[in-house]
Amino acid sequence: MPDDRSAFSLKALRRRPEMWLLAVILVVGTVFALAARDFLSLPNIIDLLETYSVQSIMAMGLFVVLVSGGIDISFAATASVAQYCAALIATQLGLPAPLVIVAGLLIGTALGCVNAALIHKMRITSIIATIAMMSISFSLLMYFSSGKSIYTLPDWWTDRIVFYQTETAVGDLVRITLPIVTMMVVALFTWAWMTRSSIGRQLYAMGGNPEAARRIGIGIGKLHFVAYGYLGFMAALAGLVQAHRVGESVPNAMYNTELAVLSAAVLGGASLTGGIGTVPGVLLGIVLLAMLQNGLNLLGVSSYFFQIVIGITILISTSITVLSSRRGRRHRIIAEAPGNG
Amino acid sequence: MADETPFLRLTGISKRFGGVKALDGIDWDVKRGEIHCLVGENGCGKSTLIKAVVGVHAPSSGTIEIDGADVPVLDPARAKALGIQVIFQDLSLFPNLSVAENIAIENHLEHALKPVRKERLRGVARDVLRRLNFDLDLSTIVSDLSVAERQIVAIARGLAAQARLIFMDEPTASLTRAEVNRLLAIVSRLKADGIAVVFVSHRLDEVVEIAERVTVMRDGRKVGTWPVAEVDQKRIAHLMTGLDIDHSIVARDMGDAPELLHVEKLSRRGEFADIDFTLHQGEVLGIIGLLGSGRTELALTLFGMHRADAGAITLDGKPLRLSSNRDAVEAGIAYVSEDRLGLGVILPQSIGDNIILAVMKQLAGRFGLIATKSRQKLADDWVKRLSIKVAGTDRPVQTLSGGNQQRVVLAKWLATRPKVLILDSPTVGVDIKNKQGIYEVVAELARQGVGVILISDEVSEVFATCDRVLHMRSGRIIGAEVPGQVSEHEMEERIYA
Amino acid sequence: MAEPSTTGLDGANRGLADLMTRLRTGLPGGHAGLAVLLLALILGFSAFVPNFLSAGTLQSFMYQLPLLGLLSLAMIVPLMTGGLNLAIIATTNQCALLMVWIMRTMIAPDAGAGTVFAIILLALLAGLALCLVIGLITGFLVAYTGVHPILVTLGTKSLIDGISIYLTRGMALSGIPDAFAKAGNATLLGVPLIFVILIVTAVIVGVILKRTAFGISCAMIGSNIQATRYSTIDTRRVLVGVYVMSSVTCFVAALVMLVTFNSASADYAQSYLLVTILAAVLGGVDPFGGFGTVGGLMLALAILQIISSGFNQFGLSNYLTVAIWGAILILVVMVQTLRPHFRQLLSK
Repeated sequence: MPDDRSAFSLKALRRRPEMWLLAVILVVGTVFALAARDFLSLPNIIDLLETYSVQSIMAMGLFVVLVSGGIDISFAATASVAQYCAALIATQLGLPAPLVIVAGLLIGTALGCVNAALIHKMRITSIIATIAMMSISFSLLMYFSSGKSIYTLPDWWTDRIVFYQTETAVGDLVRITLPIVTMMVVALFTWAWMTRSSIGRQLYAMGGNPEAARRIGIGIGKLHFVAYGYLGFMAALAGLVQAHRVGESVPNAMYNTELAVLSAAVLGGASLTGGIGTVPGVLLGIVLLAMLQNGLNLLGVSSYFFQIVIGITILISTSITVLSSRRGRRHRIIAEAPGNG
Repeated sequence: MADETPFLRLTGISKRFGGVKALDGIDWDVKRGEIHCLVGENGCGKSTLIKAVVGVHAPSSGTIEIDGADVPVLDPARAKALGIQVIFQDLSLFPNLSVAENIAIENHLEHALKPVRKERLRGVARDVLRRLNFDLDLSTIVSDLSVAERQIVAIARGLAAQARLIFMDEPTASLTRAEVNRLLAIVSRLKADGIAVVFVSHRLDEVVEIAERVTVMRDGRKVGTWPVAEVDQKRIAHLMTGLDIDHSIVARDMGDAPELLHVEKLSRRGEFADIDFTLHQGEVLGIIGLLGSGRTELALTLFGMHRADAGAITLDGKPLRLSSNRDAVEAGIAYVSEDRLGLGVILPQSIGDNIILAVMKQLAGRFGLIATKSRQKLADDWVKRLSIKVAGTDRPVQTLSGGNQQRVVLAKWLATRPKVLILDSPTVGVDIKNKQGIYEVVAELARQGVGVILISDEVSEVFATCDRVLHMRSGRIIGAEVPGQVSEHEMEERIYA
Repeated sequence: MAEPSTTGLDGANRGLADLMTRLRTGLPGGHAGLAVLLLALILGFSAFVPNFLSAGTLQSFMYQLPLLGLLSLAMIVPLMTGGLNLAIIATTNQCALLMVWIMRTMIAPDAGAGTVFAIILLALLAGLALCLVIGLITGFLVAYTGVHPILVTLGTKSLIDGISIYLTRGMALSGIPDAFAKAGNATLLGVPLIFVILIVTAVIVGVILKRTAFGISCAMIGSNIQATRYSTIDTRRVLVGVYVMSSVTCFVAALVMLVTFNSASADYAQSYLLVTILAAVLGGVDPFGGFGTVGGLMLALAILQIISSGFNQFGLSNYLTVAIWGAILILVVMVQTLRPHFRQLLSK
């Protein structure tokens, strides 16, 4: 076979950008832990988890769309619309909790399905369709809400739900709250669903080679609806959780998070061309960005500096991934050529 | 044989698209466990015929029998259930998934919510590969496999889906000789299992070698089916085109002509070594070698795309240092790639822009602006000189036939006024009529004093067009022959030895 | 990139290729369609909005269009090569910030006209230099690492924005010398100078894309970069050129921005980013590269601006305008895609 042992391990590393990422995270983590004492403390970590739960939930949905070979820019707008509509239903109509939640999730899923319809039925490129949908749904939301926030969310929505609580030796209170649990359930479900179910594998197959998927009889149209619908659902869920955390519904609170979530997913190894990516990788991508922000904060570095760090991180990590994979390919050509070298 | 009913029998199959008759009353059968070749030029209807059999196009009239039973309605799912599989030329694999998952992909189609059991997938894949007597790591990702290995995976996928008849579309197009042999061994195993294989091809040498029977198609009709022993390549070519192809030898002794290109001890690690040859003005020099012999790598180095590790290239007596293909073109070397669709033409763009692409700098006038008129004139000029059949030079190249696309590539390079033209497998995917046209262009260039290097793996091609033929294998030149001094058959034996 | 299929059974791909061809040959028709749409909008608004056809509308049209127009021109060049420059707004803002900073820190209140002029010139040169550097860095990253331009420019956008925000603490900078502001708000035969700048830039970009080796190479790269490289085009140099050109257009946009807002900030015009892509696609630019014209882009921009002015005078909010822009984009792309199908239905 064409590859020797050393090339194989290189290849394995290239196939698993998560490993790179994990290494980077460990290095960065060690540096921060040494520099800022609070960084590795339990309360700080739990706090980080909760802060990034909303983005993680959205990332899980986006991950599925990326694997299927598409892209979606509109999910943050979807989350805002679903959240605001649910808030309206709860405050204006006073419907009970289950109905409000179901309505919110349905709105998100429906918006996702509109994307799927535009992409599959109308054959509009996914990036164009979702950019258009983003401007439509977000502007309509701002128009009809006049940008006004809803502060009077019912108690069932805003009350903190604590699943587990303990006190550390120094007396800090540590709580595992609803957002953290939701995020974990969503991540676990997405992982199991994408690796262990037929439809998950079909999504991978479609992302890898859509034409071949069609030929062997995979229902491309149905899968589009599944992927974008799932993202819509997850966006709505993230929207509901976000309102739960902050206790109000602000129409533009989640505006502009789409690029951050997208960078995290890509950083975690999800390919923009489809078919490649894992749930742990995407989560690690979020962890890295979260750590950088939090660590710099603890070190007293201006939060304005954070965006510079994100920019540099994206540039370096993507360049390394692509360059290392290219070197791997070049080795192959030589190995395949007739041997006198 | 105990049961003589053929596995597949077509009677009077016709297919119309609008006013065009794509298939006209085809009677055809494929026996169980038979190796059958279906040949014909592009557009002869062989693809339409396959599509009728796999249920993509319903025939306008005629009957299809499978296993002796009439199948009135055939759709892709039903065809698959009856054991008919197609391996497309692009193989239709999933590059991001493992070997096991690719082979057992049909398992994912049974029920959308069914949990996936990795062990079951691996079991299916292992069984099938064992039947093929082929060893592959099941967890390797398919994009890490060589083309030949991918082909095995595609065949294995067909077997896993209980195939009884497998169509293979141009299966050997991108394989080396050793890999073709391995493929043939696998096909004979399939045959032993009673699985029929139909090769769909437009290359003739494979046909004679592999098949038991050959069916030739032309213009939507079946010309006939023959046992392989009864037809030779020349006759098949005649049957495919209706033309008598003249294979007379043109070789001239060009030893007295001035030296044009001289290559000495040229080497590139892992690709080729110690290449020596001389090309004279007006000479057509053949380089024959199979895929993986280093022929394309040598061409790319002469074209400045790769750098040589050692050795010297001299053009017109002056040493050449090539650091890019721009240097090569400036010096007067042009290269027609073997991958016409990927590297030759730019399919969606206009014919005119494709033609001017390599000489845009010369066309530019004041402020670097290219006048529409001179652009148009250059394109029209070359379209006329190479008699390219176009509706207009502003039309995309992809609206042209393969032969005319190749002429567009030739026009692009001839516009640079090359002294040396390297043609790498220039007639792949070009039908026989257009092949002749391209050979005529080559001969005309040679008359004008251009030195032509024709790289090919078809002996008949170099035999009929070249003055001298170098034989390349494993990155080295291992012989030189003059057509006529050795017979075509002798040359063939030396090359395939 | 999908591997091109060769001969044989692969009719499905060929069918797709045919469809694409038909779409492409339909592009001039697409321009005609856009022109008709523009005309219909103008007629419609003049019928329903009183005073729509007035000098005032035309004036506001000519004052509002240039910034979005220049930013869209900065976007169309990378789009032609199948890339994208997400950093155009960040580049424009940072360039504007730098120029304001130079002008306001270096011009003393009692400086003479000559000194002021020299310092303004210095500021412009510095802004141009900054854009050149940003363009070169982006171009080199795209051309030599092979990372997808979306990711590269997402990174550079974040980096540039980060630097701007860090240095300004998110505040706007004002303090443009009067001479500069006056020159910027001048008119030529009643046409605002900034509109003239837009038209001149558009003509230059259009000519470069259609009539130079560089421009033709851009389209070729957008369709098939490998084949372009084999045709002796230095694709890396062209790509670097593409992002430099995009960045330099951002410099022009920064000038217009200074004149329009009289100040600079890291978060001006951020919402224009996706609108530039929307305008380009509406104008017939293929988001995967290879095809597009400046003429189409200009028509699309005019349509967007007319909708915006019309609805504004109608008394509708800006937000609704953006929603309508999005809907128009979906509609136009839908019509473009489905037209061959309609034709087939009709011919049956």
